[in-house]
Amino acid sequence: MNNNRTAWTMLAPAIGMVGLFIVFPFLMSVYFSFTDQRLLANANVPTEFIGLRNYQRLYEDGVFQNSFFRTATFAILVVPLQCAMGLAAAMLINSKLPMRNAFRTIYFLPTVMSMVVVSVIWASLYQTEGFFNSTLSFLSLGTIPHVDWLANEYIAMPALVLLSAWQGFPFQMIIYLAGLQGINKETYEAAQIEGATRWQEFWHVTMPGLRNTHILVGMTTTIFAMKLFTQVQLLTQGGPSDVTDTMVRVIYMTGFKRGEVGKAAAASVIFFLLVLAISYIQRKLVKEERAIQ
Amino acid sequence: MKTRSESLLLNIVAITVAVFVLAPLFLMFATSLKSDEQQILRDFGNANAFWVSPWNMSLDNFRHVLNNTTFPVLRYMRNSGIVVVSIVVIGIFVNSLAAFALARMNFKGRNLAVLFVITLIIVPTESVAVPLLLMMAKIGWVDSFKAQIVPFIAHPFSIFLFYQFFAAIPKDLDEAAYVEGASRWRIYWSIIMPLSLPTIATVAILQSLEYWNAYLWPLMVTRGSDVRPVSLALAQFFGTPPPIWGEVMAFSVLMSLPILIIYLAFQRFFIQSAIGSGIKG
Repeated sequence: MNNNRTAWTMLAPAIGMVGLFIVFPFLMSVYFSFTDQRLLANANVPTEFIGLRNYQRLYEDGVFQNSFFRTATFAILVVPLQCAMGLAAAMLINSKLPMRNAFRTIYFLPTVMSMVVVSVIWASLYQTEGFFNSTLSFLSLGTIPHVDWLANEYIAMPALVLLSAWQGFPFQMIIYLAGLQGINKETYEAAQIEGATRWQEFWHVTMPGLRNTHILVGMTTTIFAMKLFTQVQLLTQGGPSDVTDTMVRVIYMTGFKRGEVGKAAAASVIFFLLVLAISYIQRKLVKEERAIQ
Repeated sequence: MKTRSESLLLNIVAITVAVFVLAPLFLMFATSLKSDEQQILRDFGNANAFWVSPWNMSLDNFRHVLNNTTFPVLRYMRNSGIVVVSIVVIGIFVNSLAAFALARMNFKGRNLAVLFVITLIIVPTESVAVPLLLMMAKIGWVDSFKAQIVPFIAHPFSIFLFYQFFAAIPKDLDEAAYVEGASRWRIYWSIIMPLSLPTIATVAILQSLEYWNAYLWPLMVTRGSDVRPVSLALAQFFGTPPPIWGEVMAFSVLMSLPILIIYLAFQRFFIQSAIGSGIKG
């Protein structure tokens, strides 16, 4: 049997392309991060090895540090919100609600919308004379002054969080829905016989039953959150006062706009290690759970 | 155990969530159908933002956007279409073929190859974008369809999805065919692939959404309207001051319609694909 040859022939296109377009650029990233490589090579100034200087510069560079904290802030705000919205919507659809399927179809809509379109729509809601401001001033009988949602240092980030959660929560909803359907029905029946209230049922049956789903959803959402770029680039360009500058945006600005490939590569490597760390934690947590059972 | 007040509350909450989800979409459609820009700006400040009365509907914005030669929307949509269809169609063959070998054949180095593919799932495009751009510049692919298509055909996560599905199909099926003299290629094509339509749909949907909405990579690798995708064009159109809201929303509607129609027609598969993508990470 020439199993070996057939198998490798079948694998060749995929492995070849993955090697060329993922592994090779990744290794280049690591390599460049130790050099002063530029995007547009200058024949008079050869690229040189500079050791850990790029990393040192990033470490001392307020811009990169800032982007790390801003990205983390975004993740800390958006992950719980988006997961809670996802879980709530999943529980609604999993209940005995009439027309559940119609609601599911509607709830899923934001996720099929492009983030660029979503940003455009929310930009109109966030206008100074827009819906949010007029609603606020109506509810407060005109006592709350107009807020400049995307230009206010304290509000720009939460504003981005809200539109991101709106666009993203259906994904968490679907995963939670699968998780909820995996919880043993008898556990609920037992809880009801013992006279548990809905509240107790939620905390003592639903939440523990979703443990692995929580880990999965939490970690995937965190990784998504770390890649924040499109909304920022469209709505705030990192401003005001850099409060919405993110790691991916710094990689883009450093490597593409300023052509400092070496420094951008170092930032890419750090970004990759962070993503890796999160997925490592997730695997650890899931494994522990399996070990306990 | 269910009381009437509880089910009433449930309904109210469900409808509130539906309003929260639908309002921004209504705003997009309503605004795109209003021809008076001043009226649009006034409406943004109240509930009229989400509604257009049937008597005032106008297709002027769509007419302007479709006739705009600086931002040829149909051309951009065609560009996105070319990129997405190429990636999805070629990708399905390349990735499923690799997964077939990994899941249903015994060969030297198999475990290592599986580990290799699964490990690569975690590498975010964002972290290889800059060196990839340099590579594209070296081989002269900047500002081309190739640069938007070729690097994304082989997709570790799609291979993994196919792998999972293929591994669960009973082995006797292709062993029997193999004994009868069918080649591995024939088994892949005539037995396994026809069984895998749901997974093919999942992979196709995930990939289509990802590349129809792609933003960072095309921003770096494309320049003019010849090959730029529609998401980027909308971002540029929106970013050219002052924004004409009616036209920006008409552009958004045009860009969203194909996806919305496909979603409504195949929503079961979309939801399945969301579950599929949940195992990522």
